Amino acid sequence: MQLSEAVNTGFAFLAPWLVFSPLIGLLINLLAGDWFMRHAWGEKAVGAVASLASGAAFVISVLLAYTVSASHGEVIRWKLAEWIHIGTLNLDWTFRVDSLSTTMMLVVSGVGTLIHIYAIGYMHEDVRFKNDVGRFRRFFLFLNLFIAMMMILVSGDSYLMLFVGWEGVGLCSFLLIGFWYELDTLGRPSWANSNAAKKAFITNRVGDFGFLIAAFLMFWHLGNSFQFDQVFEAAKTAPPGIIVAITLFMLIGVAGKSAQIPLYVWLPDAMAGPTPVSALIHAATMVTAGVYLVTRSAELYMLVPNAQYIVALTGAITALFAATIAVGQYDIKKVLAYSTISQLGFMVAAVGMGAFAAGMFHLITHAFFKALLFLSAGSVILGVERGHHHLAHGQHKEKHGKGKVKHAFRKGGVKKEERVQEDHGQEVFDPGDMRNMGGLRKTMPVTFWLYIIGTLALAGIVPFAGFWSKDEILLDASLHFPVIYILLSVAAFLTAFYMGRQIWMVFFGEARSAAAAHAEESPKVMTVPLMVLAVLSVLGGALNLPFEGFHNLGHWLEYTLHEVEGLPLDYQVAGISTVLALLALVAAWFIYGRNPLKTGQIDPLKRPLGFLFTGMENKWFVDEIYQALILTPYEKISQFLADVIDWRFWHDWFHEKVIAGTYNWVSEIALNRYADQKGIDAFANGLGSVTQWLSAAARKVQNGFVRSYALSVLFGVVLILGYLILK
Amino acid sequence: MVPINYYIILSAILFTLGALGVLVRRNALIIFMSVELMLNAANLAMVAFSSVLKSFSGQIFVFFVIAVAAAEVAVGLALIVEIFKSKRSIDVDQMNSMKG
Repeated sequence: MQLSEAVNTGFAFLAPWLVFSPLIGLLINLLAGDWFMRHAWGEKAVGAVASLASGAAFVISVLLAYTVSASHGEVIRWKLAEWIHIGTLNLDWTFRVDSLSTTMMLVVSGVGTLIHIYAIGYMHEDVRFKNDVGRFRRFFLFLNLFIAMMMILVSGDSYLMLFVGWEGVGLCSFLLIGFWYELDTLGRPSWANSNAAKKAFITNRVGDFGFLIAAFLMFWHLGNSFQFDQVFEAAKTAPPGIIVAITLFMLIGVAGKSAQIPLYVWLPDAMAGPTPVSALIHAATMVTAGVYLVTRSAELYMLVPNAQYIVALTGAITALFAATIAVGQYDIKKVLAYSTISQLGFMVAAVGMGAFAAGMFHLITHAFFKALLFLSAGSVILGVERGHHHLAHGQHKEKHGKGKVKHAFRKGGVKKEERVQEDHGQEVFDPGDMRNMGGLRKTMPVTFWLYIIGTLALAGIVPFAGFWSKDEILLDASLHFPVIYILLSVAAFLTAFYMGRQIWMVFFGEARSAAAAHAEESPKVMTVPLMVLAVLSVLGGALNLPFEGFHNLGHWLEYTLHEVEGLPLDYQVAGISTVLALLALVAAWFIYGRNPLKTGQIDPLKRPLGFLFTGMENKWFVDEIYQALILTPYEKISQFLADVIDWRFWHDWFHEKVIAGTYNWVSEIALNRYADQKGIDAFANGLGSVTQWLSAAARKVQNGFVRSYALSVLFGVVLILGYLILK
Repeated sequence: MVPINYYIILSAILFTLGALGVLVRRNALIIFMSVELMLNAANLAMVAFSSVLKSFSGQIFVFFVIAVAAAEVAVGLALIVEIFKSKRSIDVDQMNSMKG
């Protein structure tokens, strides 16, 4: 094992197990999961193995963080294996343990483990509502694979190792968005979910292309290396133009993975995945990889303020833009999805402004409260779905007048055709539509309070976690970047507003559907992880309190980032943001709380805002614009290339006419007619006819008369004797 | 003592007669007799040389020739009988079915 310096490496030898422990969990479930699932306790076993595997990664992360703090921030590199050694390029699979990577490891494995536990309860019901119990195991395989890939991403010591994880989590995201690949979000047979998965994957490919170009530029211009420290060292003497190009291409990668304008479009569609996936991958961890990448490349970005400003502006505009869309959404998860994009915008803006500690701080608190919100939303959706099912089967009971009704969702192997009939003869009910909810605070009290905590944290109310982290970003912006400060403040106002709208619509008023009236609270296996997350959402701000003597996270990250501004609390900025948030919540109450929505009523914002609300409702028609500007021309070009260029030109004309035609002509005329027929055939035929002619001549000798033979023998003897005598 | 030349000349005449007989006669039996004539012309020459050279080799050879000639006649006559049975003739000019 090769170490950077002679430091006490403590638990660094455990670093590879960050990746291997989830992989072992995956292997156990892969090999033995089938056998587990044949027993009554199968789901618990599969879930426990997966959760323990993820929990082991969390324990290791804690030990690694302890090691880093014990060695006062020494960067520890633990080389596991050699990967590529070509010429001057030396790529190893090296684990980098420093304060930044351990922070990410803690978030990923900590939140990840809680979500694993929650998913045991969630998927138990989800697979039954969708009639495919066997898929329970697959979900946890993918989830463990995701944890392993995310660990590779955050622990990599070079841009290429990071890219391996980057692609790996993209794959897991694809697999999990398309988890119910043959259904749509309402469980009807359709390719909607697989299309969402493809959209996520392809959009991410666009970003990856930027990342790769950045990596190649880095390799050619920054010291023929991908290793972080070597790249940063070489960057100090490199021309700034190169650094700008690298950082901006990297921004494309960040925009893809962290869902920023213009590549954010995949994230709302990614809500097609089961809710734990939305919480883990598409809110708490994977989408923050872009923020992590910028923070990791801090030393590159610090060299080029212009590029930094572009990053910050991208983030701020995304934050505001996505927040406006979130106001006009009806799907409980879509609101949260756009909220995630908006909050990622906050983080990207923060790291773009050079406030790396603030960005990471928001990343952590956001992981807590957004995971909490998503998982609570999952709990709400399942609660409503439970109500819907009970109601439907209750009706069945009355109709048939028989005591025992076979619950379709208990049967497991029901075919799809039957499932369509199982729609209870009504139009398909959407348990995620907030217009179908209302009044859930009475039926789902635990979820209600958890949701309130998450909302207050997201809205940025003192003293919840989101307040401290968001405030630090706003403070930084107010000091250096007024434009970004204004954009983010408006976004923060909208954030509080759409969360207030969601709370009033979902939990207050009267139930707007029979299912919502009969909603049921979720089991403990789901609510207990939520409670942990709720505690973290409340107390998460303590990580980095803006008071003298605190700034713990800032000091912790300073080990890696060198320069971290520890700004004191600015009461003006904090006051303005708090007042804005409270105003927004009051406004939300005024519009949605005072007069609760009635069944079938249109959104009360629709009339006063007019076309603005139509825009928000329809996501500002961005998907349609992309369809018109990119997809349709792309399809046209593809059609043209396939039909005209490839088929008609290359195939029909070039291949068939030119190549095959020339070949046929040459073989027919030159080879067949002349060389073959006139040359080779003629020679062979000539041989034959000469032989025939000769034998016709020679045949005459054989006249059948013994006497003539005897005569020739005589002549022969005379000739030979004559020759012998006269010689 | 008769000079060797006389024997040789007689032998040559007999051989020529035999050869001519083979070539010009059509009757298969006559041709056989002519073949015998040639064989015996050769026998005569060999016996004459044997006497002149005081060697028995020639005479032994002649015995062999006589034996082989007898065998040949046996086979040949059998063939002729068979040919006669099928063709009712022993004219060799009619036996040309091997014509090329």
